[in-house]
Amino acid sequence: MSGWLALFKRYLSSFIAGAGVTLELTFIGLGLGFIFGLALALARVYGPKWLRAFATGYIEIFRGTPLLVQLFLIYYGLPSLGLTLSQSLSAYIALGFNSAAYQAEYLRGAIQAIGQSQMMAGRSIGLTTWQTIRFVILPQALRLALPSWSNEPISLLKTTAVVFLIAVQDLMARAKRAATVTYNPVGSYLAAAVIYLVMVFAVSALLKWAERKTRIPGFEMGSKRV
Amino acid sequence: MDVANFIKYILQGTVYTLGVTAVALPSGLILGTLFALLAVYGGKTLKQVMSLYSTVMRGIPPIVLLLILYFVMSGEINLSPFWAGSISLGIISSAYQMEIVRGAILSVSAGQMMAARAIGLTRMQAIINIILPQTLRNAIAPWSNEAAIIIKDSSLVYALGVPEILRRAQLIGASSGSYLPAYLTAALIYFALVFASGRLLGLLEKKLEIPANP
Amino acid sequence: MPQPILTIKKLTKIYGNNVIFRDIDLTVAEGDTIVIIGPSGTGKSTLLRCINLLTHPDGGEIWLDADEITAKGANEDLVRQHIGMVFQNFLLFNHLTALDNVKLGLTKVKHMNDKAAEAKAFEELKRVGLSDRAHHYPGQLSGGQQQRVAIARALAMDPRIMLFDEPTSALDPELIGEVLEVMRDLSKSGMTMLVVTHEMGFAREVADRIVFMEKGNIVEEGSPDDLFYRPKFERTREFLWKITELYGKKENADGPSAAEDTESNQPAAEENA
Repeated sequence: MSGWLALFKRYLSSFIAGAGVTLELTFIGLGLGFIFGLALALARVYGPKWLRAFATGYIEIFRGTPLLVQLFLIYYGLPSLGLTLSQSLSAYIALGFNSAAYQAEYLRGAIQAIGQSQMMAGRSIGLTTWQTIRFVILPQALRLALPSWSNEPISLLKTTAVVFLIAVQDLMARAKRAATVTYNPVGSYLAAAVIYLVMVFAVSALLKWAERKTRIPGFEMGSKRV
Repeated sequence: MDVANFIKYILQGTVYTLGVTAVALPSGLILGTLFALLAVYGGKTLKQVMSLYSTVMRGIPPIVLLLILYFVMSGEINLSPFWAGSISLGIISSAYQMEIVRGAILSVSAGQMMAARAIGLTRMQAIINIILPQTLRNAIAPWSNEAAIIIKDSSLVYALGVPEILRRAQLIGASSGSYLPAYLTAALIYFALVFASGRLLGLLEKKLEIPANP
Repeated sequence: MPQPILTIKKLTKIYGNNVIFRDIDLTVAEGDTIVIIGPSGTGKSTLLRCINLLTHPDGGEIWLDADEITAKGANEDLVRQHIGMVFQNFLLFNHLTALDNVKLGLTKVKHMNDKAAEAKAFEELKRVGLSDRAHHYPGQLSGGQQQRVAIARALAMDPRIMLFDEPTSALDPELIGEVLEVMRDLSKSGMTMLVVTHEMGFAREVADRIVFMEKGNIVEEGSPDDLFYRPKFERTREFLWKITELYGKKENADGPSAAEDTESNQPAAEENA
């Protein structure tokens, strides 16, 4: 135990720098994923048939394959097409594209729960379809989606832990280096585990707070577990 | 190297991917069901312990837990990477499956337990004959999601050097220089496996469905 | 007077600060049908659950024949075998067919062999008129049929006494009759029964004794004629007046009263048979 504490202390600054990279990856992946995901959700609900089919296919494929494969495809595969991306950029894109598929499903559920009647009401006062989406549907749908959507930041934070396999310098990469140097892999990865737990609890507390702040009483839908 | 051999080489990794899944999914179910029963019907301390287990295990990335468990196991009992990886994924999955089963137990009404006790069944008999058969049926749908997750997470044992689909794609990609086709093939195989598992469990769910009038 | 099957002495049940009932005394003689009536929330259902030890009383004693079942160390599972219970919401086991619902207690609790259990279960289903529904699942049965299966399930254990907890109040009106008919036959066959119900027609016709409970106390008990025509207490009269008034209105609208209907049913039933 004391050996473990010494290891933890010795690598603490490195771990913290790595944790920073992990949070950065999560944040960027979440942001990219939200933008793509919202576009996919709207495409799936309101798009013409070909666009709906594309969005459905995208979501199924990205949810049906491991992130690690997607990551390798982007980092090792794309150079075959003359597109060489840095490790970090590859990770951002892989996480963003992957998260988009999951976020799209949360958002679609919420948009569909709002229903056609709100669209009808919007159109009846002369708003265009797009205006109704923007001013009537989305403000409600985003609130409605929050409880189930709040699984995603935590899930994504945990998902980022594989990007060290293409040598992105996140928390896991630091833990791996500590493991090699100290010959104590269990201790090093345990240290990483503790830091991940702290981050997960912090993010989840933050989300709970956000949920409370944005709640409209009596306006919610059953959240589903992922 | 011709295309057929290229694909065949990667496809052979499927055995390992399916093997890992075949070990991890059932062992996770058995552990998860046990933990869920303890969490619902156990005493106060047991309930707290199970809740802590669930929170901690589900709060740590699977790859981190996998490496910890792998190094513990390979250090203590000298297990092969395949077995250590499969069992580790099973343990990780137990925390998630515990939540699935727990939710399903709670969805079976309290009245079912009361009715079972009323005809003289003991608590244990009621759990085995009345609660679990209904619970496990209710759990199939979320369980299908968990099966897909394990198939995908089986790619993590790549990090342990198990020659599963992803590792093989990387090896043949490196030796042929054709990374893109290699990883695309791998992606396709994973997708087919996930898709097929969903269909299979969907069929199982239909087959086990309790008949009712619409 | 025959030896009482069930004797309740000073039974008390309290949830937190809430007294559900206090110092209830009640005896049920062999072959008797006792109907408990009273406004909702007066502890009638809790009383039945206490008798079956599904909840534990906070004071007093319950005796089944010559044994105190509330005594420390009493075997609860054994007690429940001898006391049948029928719930308001049927509570059939959803994943088992009607036959398997009845059979389960026989194989698992009474350890009968499969064949004998199946034969007995089938007999019990026949007794409630559902032999043709033996292989249906609860979800494929009407509420009335489900409740009859639940009665068969309880009867299969050969209980000393049957408890009915508002057995018809979750049923659509047109399904109530079939369940009451089964209960009426059961009472005539000599089964000892303790019934909580709002069906006054049934109470008047079938009960040997009616017990009126209010606010956790037994206000009054006596023969149906005593309670309906010569109640000792104003509260009893008020409750009965209220409830028969409601029924009276319905009866007038629907034609003949429920009580008359069941009486005039007698020849019709014989014709059917």
